[in-house]
Amino acid sequence: MDAMPKWAEVILIPLISLILAFFLSGLVILAIGENPIRALQIMISGALGSTYGWGYTLYYATNFIFTGLAVAVAFQARLFNIGGEGQAALGGLGVALICLYIPFPHWTMALPAAILGAAIFGAFWAMIPGYLQARLGVHVVITTIMFNFIGASILNYLLVDILRPPTSMNPATARFPDATNLPSLHDVLSVVGIPFSRAAPANISFFIAILACIVIWVLIWHTRLGYQIRAFGQSESAAKYAGISPEKIIMVTMLISGGLAGMMAINNVMGEAERLVQNAVEGAGFIGIAVALMGRSHPIGVFLAAILFGFLYQGGAELSLETSIPSDLIVVIQALVILFTGALDDMVRAPLKSMFLMFRKPEATPKAPKPAE
Amino acid sequence: MANPETKGRPDGAVPSIELRGISKSFGPVQANKDITLRVMPGTIHGIIGENGAGKSTLMSILYGFYKADAGEIIINRKPTTIPDSQAAIAAGIGMVFQHFKLVENFSVLENVILGAEDGGLLRPSLAKARKLLGELSKEYELNVDPDALIEDIGVGMQQRVEILKALYRHADILILDEPTGVLTPSEADHLFRILNGLKDEGKTIILITHKLREIMDITDTVSVMRRGEMTATVKTSETSPEQLAELMVGRKVLLRVEKRPAQPGAKVLEVENLRVIDEKKVERLKGVSFNVQAGEILGIAGVSGNGQSELLEVLGGYQSATGTVRVNGQDIDLTGRFSDGQSRRARGIAHVPEDRQREGLIMDFTAWENTAFGYHNDPKYSKGLLMDNDALRRDTEEKMQRFDVRPPNCWQPAKSFSGGNQQKIVLAREIERNPDLLLIGQPTRGVDIGAIEFIHQQIVALRDQGKAIVLVSVELEEILSLSDRIIVMFDGQIMGERLPDQTNEQELGLLMAGMKGQAA
Repeated sequence: MDAMPKWAEVILIPLISLILAFFLSGLVILAIGENPIRALQIMISGALGSTYGWGYTLYYATNFIFTGLAVAVAFQARLFNIGGEGQAALGGLGVALICLYIPFPHWTMALPAAILGAAIFGAFWAMIPGYLQARLGVHVVITTIMFNFIGASILNYLLVDILRPPTSMNPATARFPDATNLPSLHDVLSVVGIPFSRAAPANISFFIAILACIVIWVLIWHTRLGYQIRAFGQSESAAKYAGISPEKIIMVTMLISGGLAGMMAINNVMGEAERLVQNAVEGAGFIGIAVALMGRSHPIGVFLAAILFGFLYQGGAELSLETSIPSDLIVVIQALVILFTGALDDMVRAPLKSMFLMFRKPEATPKAPKPAE
Repeated sequence: MANPETKGRPDGAVPSIELRGISKSFGPVQANKDITLRVMPGTIHGIIGENGAGKSTLMSILYGFYKADAGEIIINRKPTTIPDSQAAIAAGIGMVFQHFKLVENFSVLENVILGAEDGGLLRPSLAKARKLLGELSKEYELNVDPDALIEDIGVGMQQRVEILKALYRHADILILDEPTGVLTPSEADHLFRILNGLKDEGKTIILITHKLREIMDITDTVSVMRRGEMTATVKTSETSPEQLAELMVGRKVLLRVEKRPAQPGAKVLEVENLRVIDEKKVERLKGVSFNVQAGEILGIAGVSGNGQSELLEVLGGYQSATGTVRVNGQDIDLTGRFSDGQSRRARGIAHVPEDRQREGLIMDFTAWENTAFGYHNDPKYSKGLLMDNDALRRDTEEKMQRFDVRPPNCWQPAKSFSGGNQQKIVLAREIERNPDLLLIGQPTRGVDIGAIEFIHQQIVALRDQGKAIVLVSVELEEILSLSDRIIVMFDGQIMGERLPDQTNEQELGLLMAGMKGQAA
């Protein structure tokens, strides 16, 4: 009895929203006197035209996959974790501490430890809001966003006063030891003989992100815990009837969500910067919300949406380099995409739904009830 | 489509409301198909039909919530279009919805004038309304205190406020949607007296219900709807409940439950001095004690909101309480700290909750996902760390077959099944667990007649297998025909215990209203 086939729901609606957003962006570019077609060409060639561009696109996408998954998992339990920013920042701290203070002989040992550290620190930062929600009913939206500020302040303090090497003027940790440096995509792909840009920041974390998508997919749809998370998200009253503890589910979900957001740090801190700098997350926590919305809280959707936003980030950067389009406009384009794919999605859905109904009518008529006897 | 020659009848009687060829479809679903109906002034006309037969759509068209695709509405010989509810009110149509549209923290008077104030200042409107309300109350035995707050008065009186609202807006045609669902038998009788009074004044009353008995008791004419069509319109005096049921369902139905006498065995459930205090510090259960034996159905009658729901929640494990509950002689934890719905299920308690849409099912989950609901930790459904979704689907398909769930498609979400089929999904899940004790609340609420018959047979069959059953229902007919023993609850207490063949609806009705003395 659903009006629309599933493919329309998951592919057609985001696609139409995206086209609308690009169309409107084009009008804005036209209005400031630039050629939107050329702008699109620059974005595409800048982000996807070279392995260097791809390297940046995938690097950004990796960040967004982690933060997007974090929001998506919480959405399944109808929790709105908008604290990805702070959780990822704390994850960075976890990675930094592990890489700086534990001597690893090789990155293969450093990576699992760093993943664990990032996840634990991120989860810890989500645990407190989770506890407040589960026990006292304090809304996670409020607490998680507050914890973003607290997290940023803590990191500021640590970077300026504690972790900064005494000889440095820069509020950042020392460089991590070489043994903890992750192989870049160039290193990984050269093993199988694929040439890839040496300069781009994309690294092995991208594969960890893909793995995370698969693990989360299995968790949500094929485990008892995932079943309980989804059941609780759909109906708290029904969950109580079934003997699913709301408190437990809120806590566990927030821990998983925070852990995922924290794991972003293996990409930006360990994989790229190789030290912890101030404001390392750079808004990826918030982009994660848009990614989860657009990806319909599904790991595959999150993956695709993250690639799209990676493209927008990298393509946008190229655009401001090569044209007179100010970098602020890139933010406008990203905002339009978020607006259309996330918030205004019903605007596309309603007309599309009635269109589908219209086309279905003729085939359904023969099945209508027979005249009265 | 309209027939011009039917306009104006030679005998001079003009129908106060007439529908000609009303059709409405939602996409491929034809909710109303060529509906023709005429109701004379000074009569009560019943519209009966199963869920989804199109009654609500028709009334929504009359009240301006939907626009008909085709057809005309003629009120007092005048073709009328009703684009919104304001137009419906202007045309003299008043509507009493199943769920009242009242502002809880307003007084009766304020609710009556809400949306019908005469000007910017409230005082003159209130004074005028007070006077009119007094007259109306007296004339129709409406008995409402104009200054009482809605939240302080009972549902029966709230419903009378809805009627007053319609009368205050000069309604000549009053439409009531399932008006007795929330009333005690005596409140329902009171309502019917009011409706008869209004009818004698020449008002036109349209009563939508699924209760055959009400149709027989109070209406003059009755129309039956089935699958969007008006299948028959007859004089009530010339029909019978059996005939109406057949017209509604399209086949012969068994209205009475056939069952052998109970053979009660050992005590399965013992409840002693059970008390529940809710979050608002209101005592919902005030020391309830009873027991249920194997092989018997204990019916708990009562108007909803008198503690039955809390009783089921306590037994089902998601409401804490004080007192003692023993199942098969073993104490059960009531604090909620050491047990929940899961541990209750492990103790052999199955629960079909009162509100299947909010509790019993997850509406967006598929049928197979719902089949594991509450039993998701069952090793039968696991494969190592993962859930064995294939096994679960196979199991669901078998259950759907045995319980005749239609359509038997386990991939369909629960929300797209009809009420009766949803209930069958819940029932299949709970009964097939082979529980010692089945808690079942409102088993047939919102369920069509054909499915009611099936559900009742399942409950009786389970009893005959020697299971203990606690049945909570607001439908007295259901309680009387299914139960082997009946207790009546009022205000969190048990008012009395009766045997179904030694009592009747009147006596139970008095107990349900809290009148112990008269009923004894």
